[in-house]
Amino acid sequence: MSDALLKVANLTRYFDVSKPWLNRVLEREDKQFLTAVADVSFEIKRGETFALVGESGSGKSTIAKMVVGLIGASEGTIDFDGHRMTGTAGAEMRDLRRRFQMIFQDPFASLNPRWRVGDIIAEPIHTFGLLKGAEVTNRVGELLDTVGLSAKDAEKFPHEFSGGQRQRIAIARALSSKPEFIVCDEPTSALDVSVQAQILNLMKDLQDEMGLTYLFISHDLSVVRHMANRIGVLYLGRLVEVADGKRLFTEPQHPYTRMLLDAVPDLALSGRRRKPVEGEIPNPINPPSGCAFHPRCPLAMPRCKVDAPHRVETATGYAACFALEKQPA
Amino acid sequence: MTDALLSVRNLRVEFPTRRGVLTAIDDVSFDIMPGEVLGVVGESGAGKSLTGAAIIGLLEPPGRIAGGEILLKGQRIDNLGAEAMRRIRGKRIGMVFQDPLTSLNPIYTVAQQLIETIRTHADISEGEARKRAVALLDRVGIPAAARRIDDYPHHFSGGMRQRVVIALALCAEPELVIADEPTTALDVSVQSQIIDLIKEICAERGAAVMLITHDMGVIAETADRVAVLYSGRLAEIGPVTQVITAPEHPYTVGLMGSIPTLTQDHARLVAIPGAMPRLNAIPQGCAFNPRCERAFDRCFTERPEPLPRGDRRRVACWLYDEVATAGQEKAHV
Repeated sequence: MSDALLKVANLTRYFDVSKPWLNRVLEREDKQFLTAVADVSFEIKRGETFALVGESGSGKSTIAKMVVGLIGASEGTIDFDGHRMTGTAGAEMRDLRRRFQMIFQDPFASLNPRWRVGDIIAEPIHTFGLLKGAEVTNRVGELLDTVGLSAKDAEKFPHEFSGGQRQRIAIARALSSKPEFIVCDEPTSALDVSVQAQILNLMKDLQDEMGLTYLFISHDLSVVRHMANRIGVLYLGRLVEVADGKRLFTEPQHPYTRMLLDAVPDLALSGRRRKPVEGEIPNPINPPSGCAFHPRCPLAMPRCKVDAPHRVETATGYAACFALEKQPA
Repeated sequence: MTDALLSVRNLRVEFPTRRGVLTAIDDVSFDIMPGEVLGVVGESGAGKSLTGAAIIGLLEPPGRIAGGEILLKGQRIDNLGAEAMRRIRGKRIGMVFQDPLTSLNPIYTVAQQLIETIRTHADISEGEARKRAVALLDRVGIPAAARRIDDYPHHFSGGMRQRVVIALALCAEPELVIADEPTTALDVSVQSQIIDLIKEICAERGAAVMLITHDMGVIAETADRVAVLYSGRLAEIGPVTQVITAPEHPYTVGLMGSIPTLTQDHARLVAIPGAMPRLNAIPQGCAFNPRCERAFDRCFTERPEPLPRGDRRRVACWLYDEVATAGQEKAHV
């Protein structure tokens, strides 16, 4: 408990995707719910990078938004440093909010085009009343320096910067309230590879210097491998496997993880013949019964269609799969 | 080199603007052999898609081909009129775009779109065209093709839509398929299906592919040769095994180093400092010189031409100008 900074337990989020009331009455339809995140539990230790990977629609970003409180949870709890965040409001929440920040995917949309960079970065400082007057300007200059820009860039507007530079500004803004925990939602997927490398290096350096904890969300397995200490794999809103960073790639346990790793184009030119991937992600409004992965799973058993698997301990972490459960002796 | 299917010679694409002429593609030359898969990589703004658009005659005005030649089997196609070009497009050169939703017409069924395209290029009856369309959909892996052909594009998932687009590109049996980021909008598990499909189906029909992408992994798995573009110029071109395992142009070296891999451990990634220059501020000499660690005097004054390195490779970098380097060494002695 002492070293877990963030603890997420049984987190679930439904979205109401029903048709309007009149249509429902006329067409005699019930309300429809989309389960974006189902019963997800994980812990993030202080100073580590925990990554969530998954394909589109797997609930990565929904979890990120719930963790920082941008949307509420339908069920389940989120504890930050021992404080319950779900259901907390007012001054207590405000205190907690200073300690975590978020970096978004698209640096073209996450910076207000009508504000000067200095004001953008200073906003969290003003919001939390951390510093006053000239101290703010100094701090903004320092932050710009930290992320590899220059203090005089504070006078410019976001459109004067390239994508990579804007992402640096977004990082500076996230750092300005001196947070301990940063949620990074696809921070480099809008950037070119050479620029992506700059940003990933910067994020690693900042982590070493400031002891930051990251929740790192990405669909790119090689980026995740580079950044994370531990990795959670999501499929249709369910956490199918959590494993130590590098070992997920050498000893994947869950069949979905294996399929995902198999599908990644290989730079090593090993000439290996990939196993063709079967099927596509099902519609989350009407997910398959039992284990959500069973229609695509090579190891599916009759039981997988009926029961949802619970997590079992594996050599590298834990996974939710019946095929991995030890046969009762 | 005379038997090339497509030859691009010193292609130059310009955009006249109020503040002067921007050169988006500058003196790019390459060949595509029949049945070959040529990968074209580069970062955004490097001119990858424009090269494709210029070949197929779909440059958006005010963009224009300002110089060079494009030859399809020895015949010039860059100076053809709109009507002549329309007959080549689709018939001899097929195109697969990035976003499958915008390349299909949402108000026509897949059957209508496929049959229309087939009948534009082949003189056959509607019934025959429909049979051919079903066979094609079946070939690109659409389950229950005979029933689904009457669905609208929005009934299909992203991966399935891209399969329809591939069927559409292939329905007139073109000799060359230009695939512009065909998998970028798709998830990895679907991406690998689509790449395998493009590769298989083109090999089967002997069509050459120009595969435009920013993903080196996709190139490594699919292409025979790869061309690396930077700032609208050709930095390096050669067989994919050579370029990926032993890149020579400093930009390619940096690009390869900046990609995290699934098998190797890096404490830090090799990042190329800075960003690609804007089109109105391309530096003198080599366009890569502000970001290049190995730049020397000559790089700032003279622009390097792609120099042959071995039989099948060309690298545009003064570091590999053997004649000059040999001369320099002599001077030192």
